[in-house]
Amino acid sequence: MSDRRIDSIFEAVDLSYDYPGGVPALSNVTFSIRPGETVALLGANGAGKSTLLKLLDGLIFPHNGTLNAFGLALSEESMNNPDRVLEFRSSVGLVFQDPDVQLFSPTVWEEVLFAPLQAGLERQEVINRGEQALELMGIEHLRNRAPYLLSSGEKKKVAISSVLSLRPDVLLLDEPSAGLDPFSQGKLIDFLVEWTGNDHCIVFSTQDLDMVEELATRVLILGQDHTLIADGPPDRFLSDPDFLLEANLVHAHSHRHKNLVHSHIHTHRHSHRHDS
Amino acid sequence: MLKAAEVKRKDVLSQNIFAVTKGLESAITTEHYSRYDGLLQRLDPRVKLATFAVLTAAVSFTESLAVLAVMLILVPLPGILSGIRPGFLLKRILLFIPVFTAVIAIPALFITKGDPLLSVGGHTIVTVQGAKTAAFLVLRVTDSLSLGALLVLTTPWTKLLATFRWFRIPSLFVSILSMTYRYIFVLLHTVNNMFLARKSRTPGTLTAKENRKWLGHTLAATMVKSLHISEQVYSAMLSRGYRDDRLTITRFKLHHRDLLWLLFASTVLTLSVWTG
Repeated sequence: MSDRRIDSIFEAVDLSYDYPGGVPALSNVTFSIRPGETVALLGANGAGKSTLLKLLDGLIFPHNGTLNAFGLALSEESMNNPDRVLEFRSSVGLVFQDPDVQLFSPTVWEEVLFAPLQAGLERQEVINRGEQALELMGIEHLRNRAPYLLSSGEKKKVAISSVLSLRPDVLLLDEPSAGLDPFSQGKLIDFLVEWTGNDHCIVFSTQDLDMVEELATRVLILGQDHTLIADGPPDRFLSDPDFLLEANLVHAHSHRHKNLVHSHIHTHRHSHRHDS
Repeated sequence: MLKAAEVKRKDVLSQNIFAVTKGLESAITTEHYSRYDGLLQRLDPRVKLATFAVLTAAVSFTESLAVLAVMLILVPLPGILSGIRPGFLLKRILLFIPVFTAVIAIPALFITKGDPLLSVGGHTIVTVQGAKTAAFLVLRVTDSLSLGALLVLTTPWTKLLATFRWFRIPSLFVSILSMTYRYIFVLLHTVNNMFLARKSRTPGTLTAKENRKWLGHTLAATMVKSLHISEQVYSAMLSRGYRDDRLTITRFKLHHRDLLWLLFASTVLTLSVWTG
Protein backbone atom coordinates (compact mmCIF):
# COMPACT_ATOMS: atom_id res chain seq x y z
CA MET A 1 0.00 0.00 0.00
CA SER A 2 2.95 2.27 0.62
CA ASP A 3 3.69 2.64 -3.10
CA ARG A 4 0.22 4.09 -3.82
CA ARG A 5 -0.11 7.86 -3.25
CA ILE A 6 -3.07 8.53 -1.01
CA ASP A 7 -4.44 11.68 0.62
CA SER A 8 -5.80 10.01 3.73
CA ILE A 9 -5.07 6.78 5.51
CA PHE A 10 -8.38 6.66 7.33
CA GLU A 11 -11.55 8.55 6.49
CA ALA A 12 -14.51 8.19 8.84
CA VAL A 13 -17.87 9.78 8.12
CA ASP A 14 -20.69 9.74 10.71
CA LEU A 15 -19.22 6.63 12.29
CA SER A 16 -21.40 4.98 14.95
CA TYR A 17 -20.99 1.75 16.86
CA ASP A 18 -23.18 0.23 19.58
CA TYR A 19 -22.28 -2.46 22.09
CA PRO A 20 -24.67 -5.43 22.38
CA GLY A 21 -27.91 -4.22 23.98
CA GLY A 22 -27.78 -0.93 22.09
CA VAL A 23 -25.35 0.81 24.47
CA PRO A 24 -23.57 3.45 22.35
CA ALA A 25 -19.79 3.24 22.04
CA LEU A 26 -19.33 5.86 19.28
CA SER A 27 -21.83 8.34 17.86
CA ASN A 28 -21.53 10.16 14.53
CA VAL A 29 -17.77 10.50 14.54
CA THR A 30 -16.22 12.15 11.49
CA PHE A 31 -12.49 12.63 10.88
CA SER A 32 -9.70 11.97 8.42
CA ILE A 33 -6.13 10.88 9.19
CA ARG A 34 -3.35 11.70 6.77
CA PRO A 35 0.03 9.96 6.18
CA GLY A 36 2.76 11.07 8.59
CA GLU A 37 0.37 12.21 11.32
CA THR A 38 0.68 11.14 14.94
CA VAL A 39 -2.80 11.28 16.37
CA ALA A 40 -3.59 11.04 20.07
CA LEU A 41 -7.01 9.69 20.91
CA LEU A 42 -8.19 11.18 24.18
CA GLY A 43 -11.29 10.73 26.27
CA ALA A 44 -12.51 9.56 29.64
CA ASN A 45 -12.88 5.85 30.45
CA GLY A 46 -15.64 4.32 28.34
CA ALA A 47 -15.64 7.17 25.80
CA GLY A 48 -14.99 4.70 22.95
CA LYS A 49 -11.22 4.99 22.33
CA SER A 50 -10.52 1.23 22.24
CA THR A 51 -13.61 0.64 20.09
CA LEU A 52 -12.44 3.25 17.60
CA LEU A 53 -8.99 1.60 17.38
CA LYS A 54 -10.61 -1.78 16.72
CA LEU A 55 -12.75 -0.19 13.99
CA LEU A 56 -9.62 1.33 12.42
CA ASP A 57 -7.99 -2.12 12.53
CA GLY A 58 -10.96 -3.75 10.76
CA LEU A 59 -11.69 -6.07 13.68
CA ILE A 60 -15.21 -4.74 14.14
CA PHE A 61 -17.33 -2.76 11.71
CA PRO A 62 -19.47 0.38 12.10
CA HIS A 63 -23.21 0.02 12.55
CA ASN A 64 -23.74 3.36 10.84
CA GLY A 65 -21.59 5.66 8.72
CA THR A 66 -18.65 4.78 6.51
CA LEU A 67 -14.99 4.06 7.14
CA ASN A 68 -12.34 3.99 4.42
CA ALA A 69 -8.74 2.84 4.81
CA PHE A 70 -6.17 3.68 2.13
CA GLY A 71 -8.99 4.94 -0.08
CA LEU A 72 -10.99 1.69 0.04
CA ALA A 73 -14.01 0.77 2.16
CA LEU A 74 -13.13 -0.97 5.41
CA SER A 75 -16.21 -3.13 5.74
CA GLU A 76 -17.12 -6.68 6.68
CA GLU A 77 -17.61 -7.45 2.99
CA SER A 78 -14.26 -6.05 1.89
CA MET A 79 -12.46 -7.89 4.71
CA ASN A 80 -13.77 -11.20 3.34
CA ASN A 81 -11.45 -10.75 0.37
CA PRO A 82 -8.17 -12.60 1.21
CA ASP A 83 -6.02 -10.29 -0.95
CA ARG A 84 -7.49 -7.18 0.69
CA VAL A 85 -7.01 -8.71 4.15
CA LEU A 86 -3.37 -9.57 3.44
CA GLU A 87 -2.69 -6.07 2.07
CA PHE A 88 -4.48 -4.33 4.96
CA ARG A 89 -3.01 -6.50 7.73
CA SER A 90 0.49 -5.99 6.32
CA SER A 91 0.01 -2.22 6.50
CA VAL A 92 -1.79 -1.68 9.82
CA GLY A 93 -0.77 -3.07 13.21
CA LEU A 94 -2.68 -2.81 16.50
CA VAL A 95 -1.07 -3.11 19.93
CA PHE A 96 -3.77 -4.12 22.40
CA GLN A 97 -4.12 -2.52 25.81
CA ASP A 98 -3.82 -5.86 27.62
CA PRO A 99 -0.68 -7.67 26.43
CA ASP A 100 -1.97 -10.94 27.90
CA VAL A 101 -4.55 -11.23 25.13
CA GLN A 102 -2.02 -10.36 22.46
CA LEU A 103 0.71 -12.78 23.47
CA PHE A 104 -0.64 -16.21 22.61
CA SER A 105 2.53 -17.97 21.40
CA PRO A 106 4.70 -20.26 23.54
CA THR A 107 7.83 -18.08 23.29
CA VAL A 108 8.68 -14.45 22.63
CA TRP A 109 10.50 -15.45 19.45
CA GLU A 110 7.43 -17.28 18.09
CA GLU A 111 5.33 -14.27 19.04
CA VAL A 112 7.34 -11.79 16.96
CA LEU A 113 7.48 -14.20 14.02
CA PHE A 114 3.73 -14.82 14.00
CA ALA A 115 2.68 -11.86 11.83
CA PRO A 116 5.49 -12.09 9.21
CA LEU A 117 4.83 -15.84 8.88
CA GLN A 118 1.12 -15.22 8.39
CA ALA A 119 1.97 -12.59 5.77
CA GLY A 120 3.66 -15.38 3.77
CA LEU A 121 7.14 -13.84 3.73
CA GLU A 122 10.30 -15.80 2.91
CA ARG A 123 11.90 -17.66 5.84
CA GLN A 124 15.04 -15.49 5.97
CA GLU A 125 12.98 -12.30 5.76
CA VAL A 126 10.77 -13.54 8.61
CA ILE A 127 13.86 -14.18 10.77
CA ASN A 128 15.42 -10.80 9.88
CA ARG A 129 12.23 -8.95 10.78
CA GLY A 130 11.87 -10.87 14.03
CA GLU A 131 15.43 -10.08 15.08
CA GLN A 132 15.06 -6.42 14.19
CA ALA A 133 11.76 -6.14 16.09
CA LEU A 134 13.39 -7.56 19.23
CA GLU A 135 16.34 -5.21 18.82
CA LEU A 136 14.08 -2.15 18.37
CA MET A 137 12.48 -2.76 21.76
CA GLY A 138 15.76 -3.93 23.35
CA ILE A 139 14.37 -7.33 24.31
CA GLU A 140 16.73 -9.73 22.55
CA HIS A 141 17.45 -11.35 25.92
CA LEU A 142 13.79 -12.38 26.25
CA ARG A 143 13.81 -14.29 22.97
CA ASN A 144 13.38 -17.79 24.41
CA ARG A 145 11.22 -16.84 27.38
CA ALA A 146 7.55 -17.75 27.67
CA PRO A 147 5.40 -14.56 27.47
CA TYR A 148 3.37 -15.51 30.57
CA LEU A 149 6.49 -15.50 32.72
CA LEU A 150 7.40 -11.89 31.89
CA SER A 151 6.73 -8.71 33.88
CA SER A 152 3.97 -6.31 32.73
CA GLY A 153 6.49 -3.93 31.17
CA GLU A 154 8.29 -6.75 29.35
CA LYS A 155 4.98 -8.10 28.05
CA LYS A 156 4.13 -4.66 26.70
CA LYS A 157 7.47 -4.45 24.86
CA VAL A 158 6.95 -7.93 23.39
CA ALA A 159 3.42 -6.94 22.30
CA ILE A 160 4.83 -3.88 20.49
CA SER A 161 7.64 -5.95 18.92
CA SER A 162 5.13 -8.54 17.74
CA VAL A 163 3.44 -5.81 15.68
CA LEU A 164 6.63 -4.02 14.58
CA SER A 165 7.93 -7.26 13.01
CA LEU A 166 5.26 -6.73 10.34
CA ARG A 167 6.80 -3.31 9.55
CA PRO A 168 3.38 -1.66 9.22
CA ASP A 169 2.83 1.79 7.72
CA VAL A 170 0.28 2.55 10.44
CA LEU A 171 0.66 1.74 14.11
CA LEU A 172 -2.44 1.73 16.31
CA LEU A 173 -1.63 1.68 20.03
CA ASP A 174 -4.16 1.26 22.81
CA GLU A 175 -2.79 2.88 25.99
CA PRO A 176 0.84 2.10 25.07
CA SER A 177 2.40 3.57 28.20
CA ALA A 178 0.05 1.80 30.65
CA GLY A 179 1.99 -0.62 32.83
CA LEU A 180 5.40 0.77 31.90
CA ASP A 181 7.78 2.28 34.44
CA PRO A 182 8.95 5.89 33.79
CA PHE A 183 12.23 4.75 32.21
CA SER A 184 10.46 2.39 29.80
CA GLN A 185 7.86 5.08 29.03
CA GLY A 186 10.67 7.44 28.06
CA LYS A 187 12.30 4.79 25.85
CA LEU A 188 8.94 4.06 24.20
CA ILE A 189 8.34 7.75 23.43
CA ASP A 190 11.89 8.06 22.01
CA PHE A 191 11.27 5.05 19.81
CA LEU A 192 7.88 6.31 18.58
CA VAL A 193 9.22 9.80 17.85
CA GLU A 194 11.96 8.23 15.72
CA TRP A 195 9.52 5.84 14.07
CA THR A 196 7.14 8.64 13.00
CA GLY A 197 10.06 10.52 11.45
CA ASN A 198 10.01 7.93 8.64
CA ASP A 199 6.59 9.07 7.37
CA HIS A 200 4.80 6.40 9.36
CA CYS A 201 1.42 7.13 10.92
CA ILE A 202 0.54 6.51 14.57
CA VAL A 203 -2.86 6.60 16.24
CA PHE A 204 -2.67 6.04 19.98
CA SER A 205 -5.15 6.22 22.80
CA THR A 206 -3.90 7.46 26.13
CA GLN A 207 -4.68 9.18 29.41
CA ASP A 208 -1.10 10.41 29.63
CA LEU A 209 -1.02 14.11 28.63
CA ASP A 210 2.78 14.15 28.78
CA MET A 211 2.88 11.56 26.06
CA VAL A 212 0.43 13.60 23.99
CA GLU A 213 2.61 16.70 24.32
CA GLU A 214 5.79 14.86 23.38
CA LEU A 215 4.46 12.73 20.57
CA ALA A 216 1.19 13.88 19.01
CA THR A 217 0.83 16.26 16.08
CA ARG A 218 -2.94 16.18 16.46
CA VAL A 219 -5.55 15.15 19.01
CA LEU A 220 -9.01 13.67 18.62
CA ILE A 221 -11.04 13.98 21.83
CA LEU A 222 -14.07 11.80 22.48
CA GLY A 223 -16.65 13.13 24.89
CA GLN A 224 -18.62 11.20 27.46
CA ASP A 225 -21.55 11.18 25.01
CA HIS A 226 -19.27 9.21 22.60
CA THR A 227 -19.13 12.02 20.01
CA LEU A 228 -15.99 13.72 18.76
CA ILE A 229 -15.79 16.95 20.77
CA ALA A 230 -12.41 18.23 19.59
CA ASP A 231 -10.01 17.75 16.68
CA GLY A 232 -6.85 19.79 16.20
CA PRO A 233 -3.28 20.48 17.32
CA PRO A 234 -2.48 19.43 20.92
CA ASP A 235 -1.43 22.94 22.08
CA ARG A 236 -4.89 24.32 21.42
CA PHE A 237 -6.50 21.98 23.95
CA LEU A 238 -3.73 21.13 26.41
CA SER A 239 -3.38 24.80 27.39
CA ASP A 240 -7.09 25.12 28.22
CA PRO A 241 -7.58 23.72 31.75
CA ASP A 242 -11.33 24.38 31.78
CA PHE A 243 -11.81 22.39 28.58
CA LEU A 244 -9.60 19.57 29.90
CA LEU A 245 -11.61 19.43 33.11
CA GLU A 246 -14.90 19.40 31.21
CA ALA A 247 -13.64 16.60 28.95
CA ASN A 248 -12.60 14.63 32.07
CA LEU A 249 -8.93 14.62 30.99
CA VAL A 250 -7.70 16.27 34.18
CA HIS A 251 -9.13 16.38 37.68
CA ALA A 252 -9.31 18.63 40.71
CA HIS A 253 -8.40 17.24 44.09
CA SER A 254 -7.28 18.36 47.49
CA HIS A 255 -3.66 18.99 48.51
CA ARG A 256 -2.11 19.33 51.88
CA HIS A 257 0.61 21.95 52.21
CA LYS A 258 1.67 21.64 55.86
CA ASN A 259 -1.48 22.79 57.68
CA LEU A 260 -3.23 24.22 54.64
CA VAL A 261 -5.56 22.00 52.60
CA HIS A 262 -6.75 23.40 49.29
CA SER A 263 -8.12 22.14 45.99
CA HIS A 264 -7.22 22.92 42.37
CA ILE A 265 -7.10 21.41 38.89
CA HIS A 266 -4.39 18.80 38.66
CA THR A 267 -2.84 17.58 35.42
CA HIS A 268 -0.04 15.42 36.82
CA ARG A 269 2.11 16.73 33.99
CA HIS A 270 5.85 17.15 34.36
CA SER A 271 8.11 19.98 33.33
CA HIS A 272 11.08 19.34 31.04
CA ARG A 273 14.22 21.22 30.23
CA HIS A 274 16.28 21.66 27.07
CA ASP A 275 19.95 21.00 27.83
CA SER A 276 21.25 22.56 24.67
CA MET B 1 -14.04 -15.01 68.41
CA LEU B 2 -13.58 -18.34 66.61
CA LYS B 3 -10.81 -20.63 67.74
CA ALA B 4 -7.85 -21.13 65.39
CA ALA B 5 -8.80 -24.76 64.66
CA GLU B 6 -12.31 -23.72 63.59
CA VAL B 7 -10.98 -20.97 61.37
CA LYS B 8 -8.59 -23.42 59.76
CA ARG B 9 -11.31 -26.02 59.21
CA LYS B 10 -13.72 -23.53 57.64
CA ASP B 11 -11.11 -22.29 55.17
CA VAL B 12 -10.07 -25.78 54.05
CA LEU B 13 -11.97 -25.54 50.75
CA SER B 14 -10.31 -22.36 49.56
CA GLN B 15 -6.91 -23.47 50.87
CA ASN B 16 -7.12 -26.73 48.94
CA ILE B 17 -8.25 -25.09 45.72
CA PHE B 18 -5.52 -22.47 46.08
CA ALA B 19 -2.93 -25.22 46.60
CA VAL B 20 -4.19 -27.22 43.61
CA THR B 21 -4.21 -24.22 41.26
CA LYS B 22 -0.74 -23.15 42.46
CA GLY B 23 0.53 -26.72 41.96
CA LEU B 24 -0.96 -26.94 38.45
CA GLU B 25 0.46 -23.51 37.58
CA SER B 26 3.92 -24.70 38.57
CA ALA B 27 3.55 -28.12 36.87
CA ILE B 28 2.37 -26.61 33.60
CA THR B 29 5.03 -23.96 33.36
CA THR B 30 8.10 -26.02 34.17
CA GLU B 31 10.37 -25.81 31.13
CA HIS B 32 13.58 -26.11 33.08
CA TYR B 33 14.32 -29.70 32.00
CA SER B 34 13.68 -29.09 28.31
CA ARG B 35 16.73 -26.79 28.23
CA TYR B 36 19.05 -29.35 29.91
CA ASP B 37 21.64 -30.96 27.61
CA GLY B 38 20.67 -34.61 28.13
CA LEU B 39 19.90 -37.76 26.17
CA LEU B 40 16.24 -37.08 25.34
CA GLN B 41 16.71 -33.33 24.88
CA ARG B 42 19.27 -33.97 22.14
CA LEU B 43 16.96 -36.20 20.10
CA ASP B 44 15.07 -34.94 17.07
CA PRO B 45 11.53 -34.16 18.40
CA ARG B 46 9.96 -36.08 15.50
CA VAL B 47 11.85 -39.25 16.39
CA LYS B 48 11.05 -38.75 20.07
CA LEU B 49 7.33 -38.18 19.46
CA ALA B 50 7.04 -41.14 17.08
CA THR B 51 8.87 -43.60 19.35
CA PHE B 52 7.04 -42.47 22.47
CA ALA B 53 3.69 -42.72 20.67
CA VAL B 54 4.48 -46.28 19.51
CA LEU B 55 5.70 -47.32 22.98
CA THR B 56 2.52 -45.84 24.52
CA ALA B 57 0.49 -47.92 22.06
CA ALA B 58 2.55 -50.99 23.04
CA VAL B 59 1.83 -50.57 26.78
CA SER B 60 -1.84 -50.04 25.98
CA PHE B 61 -2.17 -53.27 24.02
CA THR B 62 0.17 -55.68 25.84
CA GLU B 63 -1.52 -58.52 27.72
CA SER B 64 1.48 -59.13 29.99
CA LEU B 65 1.78 -57.71 33.49
CA ALA B 66 5.51 -58.57 33.39
CA VAL B 67 6.05 -56.37 30.31
CA LEU B 68 4.20 -53.49 32.00
CA ALA B 69 6.27 -53.92 35.17
CA VAL B 70 9.56 -53.98 33.21
CA MET B 71 8.49 -50.87 31.32
CA LEU B 72 7.73 -49.19 34.64
CA ILE B 73 11.39 -49.59 35.58
CA LEU B 74 12.80 -49.06 32.07
CA VAL B 75 10.93 -45.88 31.09
CA PRO B 76 12.36 -43.56 33.79
CA LEU B 77 15.96 -44.57 32.87
CA PRO B 78 16.26 -42.29 29.79
CA GLY B 79 14.66 -39.60 31.95
CA ILE B 80 17.39 -39.96 34.56
CA LEU B 81 20.01 -39.89 31.75
CA SER B 82 18.35 -36.63 30.64
CA GLY B 83 18.94 -34.93 33.99
CA ILE B 84 15.43 -35.35 35.38
CA ARG B 85 15.38 -36.08 39.11
CA PRO B 86 13.49 -39.38 39.72
CA GLY B 87 11.59 -37.71 42.59
CA PHE B 88 10.40 -34.93 40.31
CA LEU B 89 9.25 -37.40 37.64
CA LEU B 90 7.46 -39.46 40.27
CA LYS B 91 5.66 -36.37 41.59
CA ARG B 92 4.54 -35.38 38.07
CA ILE B 93 3.06 -38.84 37.53
CA LEU B 94 1.62 -39.22 41.03
CA LEU B 95 -0.28 -35.95 40.55
CA PHE B 96 -2.73 -37.78 38.26
CA ILE B 97 -2.53 -41.43 39.40
CA PRO B 98 -4.61 -41.06 42.62
CA VAL B 99 -7.51 -39.49 40.69
CA PHE B 100 -7.48 -42.27 38.13
CA THR B 101 -7.02 -45.01 40.73
CA ALA B 102 -9.92 -43.76 42.84
CA VAL B 103 -12.28 -43.51 39.89
CA ILE B 104 -11.55 -46.71 37.96
CA ALA B 105 -8.95 -49.08 39.44
CA ILE B 106 -10.26 -49.38 43.02
CA PRO B 107 -13.86 -50.16 41.97
CA ALA B 108 -12.47 -52.80 39.55
CA LEU B 109 -10.99 -54.65 42.55
CA PHE B 110 -14.44 -55.20 44.03
CA ILE B 111 -16.80 -55.53 41.08
CA THR B 112 -14.88 -57.99 38.87
CA LYS B 113 -16.19 -61.54 39.29
CA GLY B 114 -13.80 -64.52 39.58
CA ASP B 115 -11.67 -66.61 41.95
CA PRO B 116 -11.48 -65.32 45.54
CA LEU B 117 -8.29 -63.56 46.61
CA LEU B 118 -9.53 -61.91 49.81
CA SER B 119 -12.56 -63.14 51.74
CA VAL B 120 -14.14 -61.78 54.92
CA GLY B 121 -16.72 -63.90 56.78
CA GLY B 122 -17.18 -66.22 53.80
CA HIS B 123 -17.87 -63.32 51.45
CA THR B 124 -15.42 -62.72 48.60
CA ILE B 125 -14.27 -59.09 48.75
CA VAL B 126 -11.49 -59.08 46.16
CA THR B 127 -11.06 -61.56 43.30
CA VAL B 128 -7.84 -62.60 41.53
CA GLN B 129 -9.27 -61.30 38.26
CA GLY B 130 -10.25 -58.01 39.96
CA ALA B 131 -6.73 -57.52 41.32
CA LYS B 132 -5.28 -58.34 37.88
CA THR B 133 -7.60 -55.86 36.16
CA ALA B 134 -6.72 -53.13 38.67
CA ALA B 135 -2.99 -53.88 38.30
CA PHE B 136 -3.26 -53.71 34.48
CA LEU B 137 -5.10 -50.39 34.69
CA VAL B 138 -2.68 -48.76 37.14
CA LEU B 139 0.45 -50.03 35.35
CA ARG B 140 -0.81 -49.04 31.90
CA VAL B 141 -1.70 -45.55 33.11
CA THR B 142 1.58 -45.15 35.00
CA ASP B 143 3.68 -46.32 32.02
CA SER B 144 1.75 -44.08 29.60
CA LEU B 145 1.98 -41.10 31.93
CA SER B 146 5.71 -41.68 32.41
CA LEU B 147 6.23 -41.67 28.64
CA GLY B 148 4.02 -38.58 28.23
CA ALA B 149 5.71 -36.75 31.09
CA LEU B 150 9.19 -37.53 29.69
CA LEU B 151 8.17 -36.27 26.26
CA VAL B 152 6.72 -33.01 27.58
CA LEU B 153 9.49 -32.40 30.12
CA THR B 154 12.33 -32.88 27.63
CA THR B 155 10.83 -31.11 24.61
CA PRO B 156 10.27 -27.34 24.44
CA TRP B 157 6.57 -26.69 23.87
CA THR B 158 7.31 -24.77 20.64
CA LYS B 159 9.14 -27.74 19.14
CA LEU B 160 6.44 -30.15 20.24
CA LEU B 161 3.78 -28.07 18.46
CA ALA B 162 5.98 -27.80 15.36
CA THR B 163 6.38 -31.60 15.44
CA PHE B 164 2.60 -32.04 15.54
CA ARG B 165 2.38 -29.83 12.45
CA TRP B 166 5.15 -31.89 10.77
CA PHE B 167 3.05 -35.01 11.33
CA ARG B 168 0.18 -33.20 9.56
CA ILE B 169 -1.98 -32.98 12.66
CA PRO B 170 -4.68 -30.40 11.72
CA SER B 171 -3.61 -26.82 12.43
CA LEU B 172 -6.87 -26.10 14.25
CA PHE B 173 -6.08 -28.85 16.77
CA VAL B 174 -2.50 -27.64 17.23
CA SER B 175 -3.69 -24.01 17.65
CA ILE B 176 -6.26 -25.02 20.28
CA LEU B 177 -3.64 -27.11 22.11
CA SER B 178 -1.13 -24.27 22.01
CA MET B 179 -3.56 -21.69 23.34
CA THR B 180 -5.09 -23.98 25.94
CA TYR B 181 -1.62 -24.43 27.38
CA ARG B 182 -1.00 -20.69 27.25
CA TYR B 183 -4.31 -19.53 28.71
CA ILE B 184 -4.67 -22.21 31.38
CA PHE B 185 -1.80 -20.33 33.00
CA VAL B 186 -3.52 -16.95 32.66
CA LEU B 187 -6.79 -18.33 34.08
CA LEU B 188 -5.06 -20.20 36.93
CA HIS B 189 -3.23 -17.01 37.76
CA THR B 190 -6.54 -15.12 37.70
CA VAL B 191 -8.21 -17.68 39.99
CA ASN B 192 -5.29 -17.52 42.44
CA ASN B 193 -5.48 -13.72 42.48
CA MET B 194 -9.23 -13.92 43.12
CA PHE B 195 -8.54 -16.16 46.12
CA LEU B 196 -5.95 -13.72 47.44
CA ALA B 197 -8.27 -10.74 46.82
CA ARG B 198 -11.02 -12.47 48.77
CA LYS B 199 -8.60 -13.31 51.57
CA SER B 200 -7.52 -9.68 51.86
CA ARG B 201 -11.15 -8.54 52.07
CA THR B 202 -12.23 -11.15 54.61
CA PRO B 203 -11.28 -10.05 58.10
CA GLY B 204 -13.55 -12.65 59.73
CA THR B 205 -14.39 -16.17 58.60
CA LEU B 206 -16.99 -17.38 56.15
CA THR B 207 -19.40 -20.20 56.85
CA ALA B 208 -19.34 -23.33 54.68
CA LYS B 209 -22.45 -22.05 52.88
CA GLU B 210 -20.84 -18.68 52.21
CA ASN B 211 -17.69 -20.43 50.97
CA ARG B 212 -19.71 -22.56 48.53
CA LYS B 213 -21.60 -19.48 47.33
CA TRP B 214 -18.34 -17.61 46.80
CA LEU B 215 -16.85 -20.59 44.95
CA GLY B 216 -19.88 -20.67 42.62
CA HIS B 217 -19.52 -16.96 41.89
CA THR B 218 -15.78 -17.41 41.27
CA LEU B 219 -16.38 -20.22 38.79
CA ALA B 220 -19.00 -18.15 36.95
CA ALA B 221 -16.73 -15.08 36.87
CA THR B 222 -13.82 -17.19 35.58
CA MET B 223 -16.05 -18.62 32.86
CA VAL B 224 -17.11 -15.12 31.74
CA LYS B 225 -13.49 -13.94 31.85
CA SER B 226 -12.32 -16.91 29.78
CA LEU B 227 -14.97 -16.14 27.13
CA HIS B 228 -13.88 -12.50 27.07
CA ILE B 229 -10.21 -13.51 26.76
CA SER B 230 -10.99 -15.96 23.94
CA GLU B 231 -12.76 -13.20 21.95
CA GLN B 232 -9.90 -10.76 22.56
CA VAL B 233 -7.22 -13.32 21.65
CA TYR B 234 -8.99 -14.16 18.40
CA SER B 235 -9.16 -10.43 17.57
CA ALA B 236 -5.44 -10.10 18.35
CA MET B 237 -4.69 -13.05 16.04
CA LEU B 238 -6.84 -11.62 13.23
CA SER B 239 -5.17 -8.25 13.69
CA ARG B 240 -1.81 -9.85 12.88
CA GLY B 241 -3.12 -11.62 9.80
CA TYR B 242 -4.15 -15.05 11.17
CA ARG B 243 -5.29 -17.27 8.29
CA ASP B 244 -6.49 -20.43 10.05
CA ASP B 245 -3.01 -21.89 9.78
CA ARG B 246 -0.35 -21.68 12.48
CA LEU B 247 2.84 -21.50 10.44
CA THR B 248 6.15 -22.30 12.06
CA ILE B 249 9.78 -21.36 11.50
CA THR B 250 11.15 -24.55 13.11
CA ARG B 251 13.18 -26.87 10.88
CA PHE B 252 14.29 -30.35 11.91
CA LYS B 253 17.46 -32.32 11.15
CA LEU B 254 18.17 -36.00 11.84
CA HIS B 255 21.46 -37.09 13.49
CA HIS B 256 23.14 -40.46 14.10
CA ARG B 257 21.94 -40.41 17.71
CA ASP B 258 18.33 -40.29 16.46
CA LEU B 259 18.88 -43.47 14.47
CA LEU B 260 20.45 -45.16 17.51
CA TRP B 261 17.43 -44.15 19.61
CA LEU B 262 15.10 -45.50 16.91
CA LEU B 263 16.99 -48.81 17.04
CA PHE B 264 16.73 -48.91 20.85
CA ALA B 265 13.02 -48.09 20.86
CA SER B 266 12.34 -50.66 18.12
CA THR B 267 14.13 -53.33 20.18
CA VAL B 268 12.06 -52.51 23.28
CA LEU B 269 8.90 -52.54 21.18
CA THR B 270 9.74 -55.90 19.56
CA LEU B 271 10.54 -57.48 22.94
CA SER B 272 7.32 -56.19 24.49
CA VAL B 273 5.21 -57.47 21.59
CA TRP B 274 7.08 -60.80 21.53
CA THR B 275 6.78 -61.44 25.26
CA GLY B 276 3.35 -59.81 25.70
